[in-house]
Order: sequence, then structure tokens, then C-alpha cells
Amino acid sequence: MPGLGTSLGRGGATDYQQDLMNADCIVIMGSNMAENHPVGFQWVMEARERGAEVIHVDPRFTRTSAMATKFVGIRAGSDIAFLGGIVNYIFGHEAWFDEYVKAYTNAPVIIGERFLDTEDLDGLFSGWDPALKKYDPETWQYEGMEVKSEAGSPPKGEQAGHGGAGAGMEGGEPPAEDETLQHERCVFQILKRHFARYTPELVADACGCTAEEFLYVAQKLCENSGREKTGSIAYAVGWTQHTVGVQIIRTAAIIQLLLGNIGRPGGGIVALRGHASIQGSTDIPTLSNTLPGYMQMPHVEDPRDLAEWIDRYKAPTGWWGKLDTFMVSLLKAWWGPAATKENDFAFSYLPRIDDDNSAYWTTEQMLEGKVKGYILVGENPAVGSANGRAQRLGMAKLDWLVVRDLVEIESAAFWYDSPEIESGELKAEEIGTEVFFLPAASHVEKDGSFTNTQRLLQWHFRAVEPKHDCRSDLWFYYHLGRILRERRKDSKDPKDRPLLDLTWSYPTAGEQEDPSADAVLAEINGHDDSGQPLGAYKELKGDGSTACGCWIYCGVFAEGINQAARKKPHWEQRYAAPDWGWAWPANRRMLYNRASADPAGNPWSKRKELVWWDPKEQKWTGHDVPDFDEQTPPDYVPPDGAEGPDAIAGNHPFIMQADGRGWLFVPQGLQDGPLPAHYEPHESPVGNPLYRQRANPALHTWKDEDPYSAPESEEFPYVVTTYRLTEHHTAGGMSRFLPYLAELQPQMFVEVHPALARARGLTHGGWATVMTPRSAIEGRVMVTNRMRPVRIRGKLVHQVGLPYHWGQRGLTTGGAANDLAHMAVDPNVHIEEVKAFTCDIWPGRRPRGAKLAQLITDLRVRAQQP
Amino acid sequence: MSSYGAEAKPRMGFFTDTSVCIGCKACEVACKEWNLLPADGLEWTGHSYDNTGELSANSWRHVAFIEQDKPLRIDGDFATADGTMAVDALEGGGAAPMRWLMESDVCKHCTHAGCLDVCPTGSLFRTEFGTVVVQEDICNGCGYCVPACPFGVIDRRELPRKPEDAPLALPLLGSKEDGRVWKCTLCYDRLKGGHEPACAKACPTHSIQFGEVDELRERAEQRLAKLEAQNWNGPRLYGHDADDGVGGFGAFFLLLDEPEVYGLPPDPVVPTQHLPRLWKTTALAAAVMFAGIAAAFAGGAE
Repeated sequence: MPGLGTSLGRGGATDYQQDLMNADCIVIMGSNMAENHPVGFQWVMEARERGAEVIHVDPRFTRTSAMATKFVGIRAGSDIAFLGGIVNYIFGHEAWFDEYVKAYTNAPVIIGERFLDTEDLDGLFSGWDPALKKYDPETWQYEGMEVKSEAGSPPKGEQAGHGGAGAGMEGGEPPAEDETLQHERCVFQILKRHFARYTPELVADACGCTAEEFLYVAQKLCENSGREKTGSIAYAVGWTQHTVGVQIIRTAAIIQLLLGNIGRPGGGIVALRGHASIQGSTDIPTLSNTLPGYMQMPHVEDPRDLAEWIDRYKAPTGWWGKLDTFMVSLLKAWWGPAATKENDFAFSYLPRIDDDNSAYWTTEQMLEGKVKGYILVGENPAVGSANGRAQRLGMAKLDWLVVRDLVEIESAAFWYDSPEIESGELKAEEIGTEVFFLPAASHVEKDGSFTNTQRLLQWHFRAVEPKHDCRSDLWFYYHLGRILRERRKDSKDPKDRPLLDLTWSYPTAGEQEDPSADAVLAEINGHDDSGQPLGAYKELKGDGSTACGCWIYCGVFAEGINQAARKKPHWEQRYAAPDWGWAWPANRRMLYNRASADPAGNPWSKRKELVWWDPKEQKWTGHDVPDFDEQTPPDYVPPDGAEGPDAIAGNHPFIMQADGRGWLFVPQGLQDGPLPAHYEPHESPVGNPLYRQRANPALHTWKDEDPYSAPESEEFPYVVTTYRLTEHHTAGGMSRFLPYLAELQPQMFVEVHPALARARGLTHGGWATVMTPRSAIEGRVMVTNRMRPVRIRGKLVHQVGLPYHWGQRGLTTGGAANDLAHMAVDPNVHIEEVKAFTCDIWPGRRPRGAKLAQLITDLRVRAQQP
Repeated sequence: MSSYGAEAKPRMGFFTDTSVCIGCKACEVACKEWNLLPADGLEWTGHSYDNTGELSANSWRHVAFIEQDKPLRIDGDFATADGTMAVDALEGGGAAPMRWLMESDVCKHCTHAGCLDVCPTGSLFRTEFGTVVVQEDICNGCGYCVPACPFGVIDRRELPRKPEDAPLALPLLGSKEDGRVWKCTLCYDRLKGGHEPACAKACPTHSIQFGEVDELRERAEQRLAKLEAQNWNGPRLYGHDADDGVGGFGAFFLLLDEPEVYGLPPDPVVPTQHLPRLWKTTALAAAVMFAGIAAAFAGGAE
């Protein structure tokens, strides 16, 4: 989540969902919260009951829209135009929170004079290298500062800008500022000029809503922000799954910083993450390029020496200045006594990345036959990843594939049951992939924690032993490691040392010898050299005297107690419910909550108080754990040469940032510009109304098996968007196989507006075939006014809605919407653009057998035509 | 209820407030899980997002979905736009007014319950909580109760016969595989244990509220007043009136349109309500007949 990471310092929701009830206005955009987060949505309903304005902006009228006080329909893929319009409105109506903006954001900072904006270069920022198709951020820097030298390869994937935000900054205070915000090169003025053309009329033209609808949203959000009131913005994958996903979230961060809504009750940005522990899976990453706690994975071109590596990646100021303590403690947690000062704490044991290594990159490597083996855990790329056909063709070129799942999902069965088998493109007897299916235990069959969308760790206890061959994930990895170590135990080969020196002893219990999840959590929490559990990450040391498996989780096992397992109901405790579960960091429920007080440390208003400076006790106190050094007074001014957290002034709430401020302008950490600009989706039926540069210049495409329709293609004239339904879970492995859920949405369907149905001869309840250059799928036709056409610069654009849950397997089967999607990705996080691409649609069922393969070939030819 | 004497409990029921229902169907699933109901078939209906269709022996909660071209609030700014300024996207305008009604339907646990009145075996009974429950070990599947319910709630479980089934192979009492009737028990077993019903427990937005009926009725009145004050379009209580044809529901509703829109009868009457009058007429007829006969005999004797 570098959109939030670069702007605010941490890649996580700034607020917790319960706090939404304190909002005066909630804008839900890029999210269908009622359907996909129904439990958290109760707090939105609570806010509505208390009189809050609840606004839903979306291409579709969903169950969330049905609950909103206002729904505005827009074209899928036009979010930055809409949000940019709000930024422009804030400037035009002088609606920004002046004191907050001046003190807590980088608005006063002056940017170097060589910076050129998209307004100057018709859609590009300065530093664009057309040959390499990437930006050099050198000209985006604060005046008087240099880009800190970076490793050979820029950070990629989720870690880009995650925590390293500010890693490029020297010193805490920017050298050149204008507190009056008048200097023409200060961030405030740059921002104002950058969004000046995002007028209500432009918004209407790009998004397809009316100017009045747009103005309603802008006005309500601004009216409900400030000293006495706060507004919140909630988003989900409706924003992330675009080739400009990170920049959409950036625009929201700019709005919330300008309005003074970050770090305050009922304010903030609620990033709704889709699975039970998807936040956890980036905190302690399943990603190729990060280490626990958003540290980056060393690159082959990085320094070999630990001190040099730390020096390159640590921030001189802010909490990332403590990178050495996080990293050394991690190495101590993993290699224990084998990690010594003499051997650089076994830094050389860490694997190093040498390329992209993200999911779609891997798919392309598979298609080229360069990948031997693949382990899928809780992933069903044959249904859940963009361009399912490419996924399956890729897996058919592996030597071996391991699938650990609850049921035999499509990705385990593709070799005998898939559209390609049906069409004859693949033949089971010719596929060399050896597939191993390992049944997994469900969450009720194992102990463990979920880290939910608001960074809250909640423990779950095993209710029953897993049956038959089903085993927990911990069991699988622990015993796999144990057996691998056993096999190599007599090895003298130095490359086996990282494996053999691992701390790998966990108590096991039960017939199945399941390792203790508590012991793993204790290791993640960390301990000092006497074995005592650590209480907080500020206790971490860089000298090898502490061990900690993930610095942001330090404290989850404080005092030897599993803090995540605390289950005191909210009605038995205070406001923020700090005794339910445990939230990272340091059990703070709201991030940056220092901003809930004014620069002098007093609440901005009684109504919106959260934490404040207690002059008598000389410490920060309040309803939540302060996200600030408890003893640092508001008037603290860092001495010259201060480093790390000591360099953050007492009135700068964004403690992870090198300058302690929220970044309206991001000088470093993003691949596609310091400011968001509206670009069309990679596939779009209309041109860019603002710039000659049509789509994100830095987006990444693939060469094999991923053809795209031409811009403004007449062959694929409709916008298509994919989504989830309450009744099913993502790629369906956990719902299509269950009778109680399958019966609630028992068939793949295609949602279209009556006018599109008339135009294409589609009948409600009949069949339709949806086509893109990637594939064709069928579904039952749902004709509904909930799908809305939009008028974009005079052109009527229809939108087609596709739930993406279905596949070949389970109790209910159907076309997989992701077979239609392309794999073009955002340059920062490499997330696919499944929320806005283009299609064609015709009545009737899709061709069967070899005729399907023929149709796909024809579609590719049609894709070339404008 | 007085028959329970000291063991009688306050009457318990549901207030289902559709103005906060998000249509998640958690109530349907929680009910099936707790009560171990069978799945009900994989039929896609095309009726918006409703694939359950109706309450039945196997679905004791049913969420109805109704898409309407009406604003949710009549003064303008709620949900979509105001009704008078309706413009359609086709003409390049904004969102036309629209609302998507969702309502979780359930057995009404009537004050005067037709099903209970006609049950010849005593299988249907009124519990100490004032709810109406089928005792599955007593029901003989006669089905008299099915047409006696004015809402079509109670239903016989029809299990498809397989070719290998021997004639009359229906398993005996204690098994579920038979043609007995089934409906919501208001989770009688959970109530006995001091818990709220599974659907209410699972409802994330308090659309399904469980409690003492008297208290729920007060709450419903307040809720209605609030929605009316906020100019909601068409809020009304349904089944709240103790003088209606079934003597009021134990499980009643706040709706946002006519009951018919949700597939509910507008003026339900318990069929057995006419029984006293019928019996009176019958008794009168019998009396007249007997009087005639007696008169005939008396006359004949002369």
C-alpha cells in the first residue's frame, strides 16, 4: 500500500472501522463495503443513524449504494478525475484546514526549480525516460536536497514506498519552506496549479456523472471537515486494481491531509482489505521483495556489508532511522546464536532478489518455460488472477505444482478440467506438470491469528483436530523445514548453513505433532538476551542483544502473554477498546493520532478529542495509545544533527516520515510521479480529456499471451468491471463448494443496463457471451438499472458487470470473469487492472470445443483494429 | 400462555427493520447452520439477488430483494436523487432515482396461529416464550397446517424419492427424511439456553432485533417516527397491530412499501378466526334442526 505508505508513513488503514461511527461524512469509493465487509459496515450504518452523510461513488448501484444517503454513478476507471476535482474544489473554496496543513503536511516545502508538472509536459512529469519507460525522481526533490543513492534496482512490489518513505531525505527539516504558502514552487502552490483544470465540468465529462452530483459530494465532504467535524474515506480493491491504483489512493490522501482528517476521530482513510488476514500477509509478507515489517529484501546489487546496507536504506531521521535495530533483531530471531557481530549477524544468509519476482512476472516466466516448480497456498490463479488462460497455460509448463487448499480447486485440476482441455488447446496426456494436492486444515482446525483490515491481530483457537490428511500451514512449513534440515544435517556445503543454522525448534502437540502457534507468535514478538519477552519496538537494539521476528508486531506477546488472544468486549472497556486483540504498532488503534491535537498539544475541539499533551504529567495521554513518543513535548525542537526519531519535532505527527509530515507531494518512493494525474485505463473506450499522454506511462505490460484491445476500440466498445458478491468468497474455493453458500448465488451472471440489452438483443434470464482479446465466457443475463451507462464527452458508454467467483469446479460452475481480464499492471505494486477494461457482448452461449479456440484467435485479430 | 403458570416467560419475538438490512443473507446461512437444514437447490431465479425465492421447509429466513425506480427519501438527497428531477444517464444526466429494498422474512409467530389451531396431533404448540413451534417427533405429516397459515410459511419437506427407495420406505420418527412440516422455531433450543436466535446473532446491522415483544413494539414505534421525521419514502409497520387478523405478529416488520411489494399479504387473517362464528351457526342450525325434529315428534304424538 505505497499510496498510504508514501503519503503518511505506513501502508495500513489509518483508522479502525468502529471509529467510522464518529464520522460526520463517509465517502465510500472503490469499495462495495456493505457486500464485501458487511460486519464492518455496521459502523457505517451507525454513523448514518447518528446523522452522518454516507456517500457512495461507484460504477454500479450496489448494496452499499442502497444504504447510502447519496449515490453517484461514475465510469469505472475515472476515480482520479473525480478526486482531483475535489482537490480543486478545496482550493477554489478555501476549504483546507489551514493550521493543520501548515503544521502537519509538506505544503510549505519548496520543490527544486527543475521540477516540471504534467501541466507543463502534457501528461508527463519531469524525469521521464522514454527509452527505459521509467522516471528518474531526481527533479522531484525538496529544494536543497539530493536523492539518496539507491540500489541498482528501485524497490518494486508492495514494499515500494511502504516504509522506506523518506529514505531519500537528509535531515528532519526541509531546507526551504514558505510558511505563508505563497512561494510559487512550494508544494501548496504546485498542487493548486496541478489540479486547476479538474473543474466540475471536467469531472462530469470524464466520469459521466453530472457536475451537480460531483459538487454535492465535494461540498458535503468539505462541510464535514475541520476543527469540529471530520470525514472519512473508505476504499478497497475498487481503487487498487487499476494501472493507476496507487495514485488513486494518493489523491485520497491529499484530500484528507488538506481537510485535516488524518489521525482524528471519525477521520482518516480506511483501506478495506479483502481477506481475513491480507494485512497480515503483507506485514509478515508472502511477497517476494519484502522482509517482515516492510523492510526491503536485499538485492544482488546491494552492499554485502550489513552496516553499508543499513546506511543505504535507513532514513537519517524519523523512525526508519532505526532500521539497524529492526534488521539485526530479525536476523537474531531467524538465526539465533549463529548470528553474531563477527559474521554481520548472518546478513549474508538472506536470499537476494535479482528481478521483479512478483506474481504476473512469474506467470510470464512460466509461459516461457523458465519456472520449474510452484507452490500455491490459498491462491487459485486459474480463477482469481487476471487472464486465467495465461495462468493455466503457464502452469502447464511447470515440472511440478503443489496446491495446498481446502478443496481441489481449479488450479489443482486445470490439467484435466479447464476451458483449454475442453477446447483441445491442452491435452492432459501432454502436460508434464506433476501436481501434488495437499489438503489443508481450516481456521477452526488450528490455532493462529488473523491480522484484519485495521491492523488488529485477533487470535483464534483450534476447535477440532483436522481430519484425515488435512494439516495446518504451520504443520506443513515446520515439518518441511525439519525434514529438509534432517536431510542436510551432515552437509559441509556453506550454502546449507542458512538452512541448518535457522532457529527451528518449536514445541509440538497432539497426534499430528502440530507446532505451537503461541511459540511462533512469541518469536515474532521477540525477546532480549536473557530470554525475556520484549514489550515494544523501541526496546529493539542493533547490537544483537534483542531478537524480534517482525518489529511492528513487537509487543504482541508483551509480558509473555498472547495479547492478540485478549477478548474483552467493547462494552466492558473504554472507547478505543484497547483490551480486545492487539493492533500494530504498539496497540495503537488510530495511526498518526498526534494529529488529533493542535500543534500546541490541545485537542482541536472537545467533540473530536482523542489524544493530547498533559502538561502536568508531562506526557501524551488520551483515549487511544498515542502514536508519538510519550515524553516528547509539543514544543520539542530537534537539536542540530539529531538522528532517527529524535529528529522529529514535537509538532510533527507523521513519525515514520523523514520530516515528520504528511506528504501532499511525494518526492521519492513512487514509480509514476510525485502527484496523481488522471490517466485512462490501459484499455478504454474513450481518450484522455486532460493530457496527450493517454494512460499511465509507467504501467507494465507483458509480451506473451496477453493481448490488449486498441485504445478507443470499436470492436470492444464496453467498459467491463469485475467484483465480488457477499455470498461468495473471491475465487470461490471457500464458497462454491459449500451448499449453503452456493445456493445463494448459484450461477454466473452478467449485469447490463436495459439499453445495452436492447442494443445487443440480450434477454433477462437468457445467456450472454462476453468477449475480450483474451477469451470469451458465458453467463446468465441480469438486466438491471443498477448498471448504468455514462455519457463521456458526448459518447454513450455502457458498462458490463461481472462477478468473478466462478470456475470449472464446485457445486456451482460457470465462466471465470478473470479469463477476460488482462495482466497489465500498476508500476508500483504490480496489481492487475481488473476493475476497468473493455469487452464486447452478444446473446447466446459461447462456442464449445475447438470453436472456442477459433473464437479466441479471431478476437485477437479484432483487438488490433481501432 | 397462562398454562405455563410460574414457568411462563415474557413473549419473545423479532422486530425486523428493513431500513437497515444490507441483504447479506447471513441470517439465512446462520439459520441453516444452527438448525441443520438441508440446502434448497441451485436454481438461479433472476429475481434480483434473491435465489431463495420464499420461506419453505428448508429455508426459515428468506431475504427478498426489490429493485425500484423510487427515491429512498422524498425530500431529495437520500440514496439517489429527488423523484421530481429524475434524469436518466442515457440523456447524459445523473443517476435516476432508485432504491433496492431488502427484507429478511421469517415465520410471524402469530398471536392467533392458524397452524397451531388446526394441528390434530398437538405437534404444534405454543412455548413458554409465546412462540409457535413444531415438535418433530409428534408431527405425522398430515399437512392440515399448511393451508391454515395465511403467509404460506409452514411447509412440508418434500424429499425427492430415489429409485432405490423401497415402497413406503420413509424412515420412522426421529429421522428428518419424511414429509413432516417445518418452520422457524425462533431457535427454541437457543432460547432455552438463554441465547438469542441464530439469525439475530448473525445480523451485522441490527436489522433483525430479538427481544420481548412489548419492548420491540415500542422500539418499532420510535423507529417509525424517526424515519417519518426524516422523510423516508413509505415507512410503515407490518404485523405490529394487536387487532389485526392474526392478533399481531410475534415477529413483525418495518417495511418501506406496501406489503405486497415484498410478497406479503396486506391483511392476513387467521382462517380459524371464523371458527367460533361457524360453530355458532352450526350450533344454531343444529338447535333448529333438533327443535324441528322434536316438534315433529311432539306433533306426531298428538
